[in-house]
Amino acid sequence: MQLIHKDLLGIQQLTVDEINLILDTAETMKMVLQANSKRTAHLQGKSIVTLFYENSTRTRLSFEMASKFMSAASANIATSSSSVNKGESLVDTARTIDMMATDILIMRHGESGAPHLIAPRVKASVINAGDGMNEHPTQALLDFFTMRQKKGGIKGLRVAIIGDVLHSRVARSNLWGLIKLGAEVRLAAPPTMMPVGLAEMGAVVCPSVRDAVQGADVIMALRIQLERMRTAMFPSISEYARFFALDDDAIRSAKPDAIIMHPGPCNHGVEMPTHIYDSSQSVINEQVTNGVAVRMAIMYLLQARRNVG
Amino acid sequence: MRMVVENGHVVDPATGFTGVRPVYIEHGLISDGFEEQPDRIIDATGLAVFPGLIDAHCHLREPGHEYREDIVSGTKSAAKGGFTTVACMPNTVPVCDHAALVRFIKEKSAKEGYARVLPIGALSKEQKGLELAEIGLMAAEGIVAVSDDGRPVERADIMRKGMLYANHFGLTVISHCEDLSLAEGGHMNEGLWSTTLGLRGIPTVSESMMVARECLLSEYLELPVHIAHVSTRASVDLIRAAKARGVQVSAETCPHYFTLTDQACQGFDTNAKMNPPLRAQEDVDAIIKGLQDGTIDMIATDHAPHHSDEKDLEFGLANNGIVGFETALALGYTFLVRTGFLTLPQWLATMTTNPAKLLQPDLGTLTPGRPADLVLVDLENPFIFDRDAMLSKARNTPFHGWELYGQVQLTICDGRVTYE
Repeated sequence: MQLIHKDLLGIQQLTVDEINLILDTAETMKMVLQANSKRTAHLQGKSIVTLFYENSTRTRLSFEMASKFMSAASANIATSSSSVNKGESLVDTARTIDMMATDILIMRHGESGAPHLIAPRVKASVINAGDGMNEHPTQALLDFFTMRQKKGGIKGLRVAIIGDVLHSRVARSNLWGLIKLGAEVRLAAPPTMMPVGLAEMGAVVCPSVRDAVQGADVIMALRIQLERMRTAMFPSISEYARFFALDDDAIRSAKPDAIIMHPGPCNHGVEMPTHIYDSSQSVINEQVTNGVAVRMAIMYLLQARRNVG
Repeated sequence: MRMVVENGHVVDPATGFTGVRPVYIEHGLISDGFEEQPDRIIDATGLAVFPGLIDAHCHLREPGHEYREDIVSGTKSAAKGGFTTVACMPNTVPVCDHAALVRFIKEKSAKEGYARVLPIGALSKEQKGLELAEIGLMAAEGIVAVSDDGRPVERADIMRKGMLYANHFGLTVISHCEDLSLAEGGHMNEGLWSTTLGLRGIPTVSESMMVARECLLSEYLELPVHIAHVSTRASVDLIRAAKARGVQVSAETCPHYFTLTDQACQGFDTNAKMNPPLRAQEDVDAIIKGLQDGTIDMIATDHAPHHSDEKDLEFGLANNGIVGFETALALGYTFLVRTGFLTLPQWLATMTTNPAKLLQPDLGTLTPGRPADLVLVDLENPFIFDRDAMLSKARNTPFHGWELYGQVQLTICDGRVTYE
């Protein structure tokens, strides 16, 4: 079995079998990470470029470490300019990178659909490392991997996603995948930060955080994305923390062994207090390690498909 | 020059005539017939003969954006689509808010164009919505309506002044209805698909709220107003209710609002990006109902050419708009008439007599003495619409590859063949 598409643009484009293939492969990759010598030759002689139009610490570093562990040659481009008026068009930039014998192009962009625009125009495999408010598939895959490791599987899990759903590509990617994989997704957010149509997609939209978390196996808090808000979506940070943060009361209504996740970076005291972030139920730090393993798996599988195709 | 179009199936909604008869053309006008030998006989056997179509809403892009379209290419495209009269919006660079530019458009189109071009003047200076433009001086040069289309008139007091002042010169205000505080930042209709694609949504209420304002202003002032590019169910309901209480409101929609939903944005297709945006199925159904019961008076194209460099972009950065001249007739015939929603004359009136009433009442009919504007259409044989065969400079259409009925064979404007 191999991946169907040349690119990884979103969870929407993946089948359940493909998701499971990535997660299974990541198990092996995690062993590599835990080994004494963190080195494989899977991407020996391959070239990987990260093209980031938005700030990133963990995602970019995670991809970079993953490439290095697999012996690829990697290069990074970080630019704050995403406006066509300020320079080259995205299509031209991507083609230029492609013509330098790039095998995998990892891209983050502030506009939804940016990697979808590029993918059909380049020979390289494009990995979406986050596009606007649309998708962040590698984050969702590492979340699935973490849930699977902690809970043994995803089917039948009750997953609560709390916070800025409107602006969150992490929430969307998780939602697509979790529904495909047979989990129950329960959402809670300030009403100004809940997009329309989620119930039609199969999620349960809850009136409160406590309601969403009720009986949950997994609690995922989302970062408030102030940078994507054109106007204030809630009156103040302290009001948000009072009504929409995870707190001890809410967590007590979840299953006792519920795990607590966050895609990071976390605004401590806003999305959750520090003691919950640091609690034994929190798997937030493990998510980071799993991120490297999952990204190794994705690059390995895309390259394997390139070698065949 | 004398011509006769023979054996065609003539449909003239203005007179109610439907049937096979010859159409005589003499010195640029429709004629009762003549003794002399015609200079040309056109055999229209198997074809429909309609009055030339009238578009109440298009963008010809000249002056300022000739790389997208100009008066010559735009009117060639219009002629190929069966249009003989097009009313162009003033959002050019510079804005058509003064008499000299109106005269330029009239003169250039008369000299080099392939259709009658009726300029629409700006309502406010530079379309900024702050001070009235020189509507009277533009009227003297021949504008047929005023509008700040492309942008809403945000301030109700300016809209009120515009309606009062335009009416003094016998002109109607065409309103682009959009509440920017609700719409700005959005890239497509707010709904299931905007959530699915992670694109910021434009709620339907951003349009209908402004439609409500215009209906109320029109009612209060007892003056006419025309609503541009209606796209939502709530707008249709508001206009229907206003008409029922005698408000002088008229309305147009565009072919894309009864043929496509916001699902067309799937895959981030920027040829489905426009303003107002494509809406949901319930809106499409309401638009068709509005056309059926006459709530919506006319179908306009909102022909909005853009260069591929302005569309081949991230969805959020791409320009709004699609071209419409070369698909409007076939989309209407295929999706309104062949489906049985409208009768042939009922549909044809939305593209001839009804826009004529708004813009220039002597047009849109095959009555003797009127300008000889007509179009010959093949309604029987389907064709595959090919965007690369368009005469427009632009290629931004979501209808490439669609199988349609209603291919234009020949267009005559003022007694001159403008497309064959």
